[in-house]
Amino acid sequence: MSEPVIRTQQLTKAYGSRVAVNKLDLTIEPGEVFGLLGPNGAGKTTTILMLLGLTEPTSGTALVAGFDPLRQPLEVKRRVGYMPDQVGFYDNLTGVSNLRYTAKLCGFTNKEADEKIAAALARVQLTEAGQRPVLSYSRGMRQRLAIAEILMKGASIAILDEPTSGLDPQSTREFLELIRSLKKDGMTILLSSHMLELVQSVCDRVALFSQGEIGLMGRVEDLLSSVLGGSHIIRIHAHGDGLEAVLSAVPGVTRVTHEGSGLRIEATRDIRGDIARAVVGAGDDLTMIDAGYASLDDVYARFFEGIPNAA
Amino acid sequence: MQREGSALAGAGTVMMKELGDNLSSTRMRLLELLVFLTGAGAVFATIGEVRDVGGEDPFVFLRIFTTSKGETLPSFAAFLGFLIPIVSISLGFDSVNSEFNSKTMSRILAQPIYRDALLFGKFMAGLTTLAVMLSALWLFVIGLAIFMLGLPPGTEEVMRGFSFLIAAIAYGGVWLALAMLFSVVFRSAATAALASLAVWLLFAFFWTMLITVITPIIAPVDPYNPMSILYTVEVGQALSRLSPNTLFAETTMAFLNPATRSLGLVLQSQMHGAISGPLPFSESLALVWPQVTGLLASVIGLFTVAYVMFQRQEVRA
Repeated sequence: MSEPVIRTQQLTKAYGSRVAVNKLDLTIEPGEVFGLLGPNGAGKTTTILMLLGLTEPTSGTALVAGFDPLRQPLEVKRRVGYMPDQVGFYDNLTGVSNLRYTAKLCGFTNKEADEKIAAALARVQLTEAGQRPVLSYSRGMRQRLAIAEILMKGASIAILDEPTSGLDPQSTREFLELIRSLKKDGMTILLSSHMLELVQSVCDRVALFSQGEIGLMGRVEDLLSSVLGGSHIIRIHAHGDGLEAVLSAVPGVTRVTHEGSGLRIEATRDIRGDIARAVVGAGDDLTMIDAGYASLDDVYARFFEGIPNAA
Repeated sequence: MQREGSALAGAGTVMMKELGDNLSSTRMRLLELLVFLTGAGAVFATIGEVRDVGGEDPFVFLRIFTTSKGETLPSFAAFLGFLIPIVSISLGFDSVNSEFNSKTMSRILAQPIYRDALLFGKFMAGLTTLAVMLSALWLFVIGLAIFMLGLPPGTEEVMRGFSFLIAAIAYGGVWLALAMLFSVVFRSAATAALASLAVWLLFAFFWTMLITVITPIIAPVDPYNPMSILYTVEVGQALSRLSPNTLFAETTMAFLNPATRSLGLVLQSQMHGAISGPLPFSESLALVWPQVTGLLASVIGLFTVAYVMFQRQEVRA
């Protein structure tokens, strides 16, 4: 394994007595897509700002692309592309002018800038819109322009804060495609989100944040099996009391809970047949049975179950 | 802790971008119109009176700036005393908070520049805009005066006029720095504008009133001690010099009216034996040196406060 691209050790940020990020240890390998998950206010954005050197940690260290964001912020910011939550551009300027300003700040010459901007805009399909003022852009276009900025900069690491919040389903899909293509180019991507489904589909690894601490970290599949004890979810509607005890006794069932008017069963494999037999055997009517894979939503819900006021 | 890399990398880029924004904005068009109307108005209003004394005064050109038309129209210099703060405030009141409001701040600061560059670039852009505008106005008024008087200005007049221009820019710098300070402190541009205008109103209109109230409290006049009157006057003057408006007015007076010998209190005994006549330029300069340094010090002081507050500000909106 090569050197990690981002590594934090005991990274802590406190605002007065409130600890926003508590002793964070995070390691991200090159080429990885890493998801920071958690409710709003869990410390995701603070962590990101510390990685960029925009906020000073109270204690602990971070290393990004081999540089210390606190002491060598310019080196870090040269290599990292950042898309803030609610990204904004200068509305009166065109997309191209906005990127040209960034390019100048990065120290590119006019000629370099023009080439890079044209290539980046083509990549995110904004070549034509680039000539229009950003005022006329939709939310999705602004997000793509932000990605174009990261591409133009030639960043090897992209940090995306809530990249899909406020996007319609179509734009979200396109945006995810874009993230996958960036990964294919070998870019390391750190994204924060509370949209779990999205993260599940693009991330190699995730970390679940709660109140400034990482509760769980690992590959999505591993989390599913370790937290839920199984990766199958079976939902049934049935009439009758005391079904829970009956179902818990079925081999393979790890957990039974009430959900709406029905029951939700977690299992290590698809055991719909066994469950149906158990319900009918107990003398109850089975009106619906449905099975699906467990998603991060389930992990998330289970993980934050015991934490008051997490969301 | 030592940071690596130049604090001012990118300041030039920020400055050029802001300068472009400033010069192309509608706000600027309106200000230019206002200022040029003032300039033209002042010249046309005073030119008649200046012509009448033209032959007697060796500094006839400077009179264009200082002559007021009776009671109705203040002099051009006095007009500038009002207008420059307005122009400066309108250039600065939304410079930092607008970046937060348009959500561009964190994106720009994620580029390889320090915060220093952003604030410094913005300030320099404002100051340059102001300098360009005032220089244009200055040349416009002088050109108009040459045209209407049919006389070219003398070397000393040019030097005095130019010093006045520099002082005017420094005076504008004070208000620009103040407006930028408020733009750092207040997230709402409207609040920042109102706060800046409130300070301007305080100094432009209420300061003299306040001083007449405060001075007798700090330094009461003792009817049995004539020296206490002197002390009271000096305290009042010191207080009034806390106002940039006073500093600018005194600077203007010394530069544009060469006969000005002193900006403070002069006793009869001190005037005894003095030969009346204009001071040479170097003497006038020496006379207002404290005022000019005072203006520059205010600019630096206010900018520093804005700078420190900006550095400590959280980036997340």
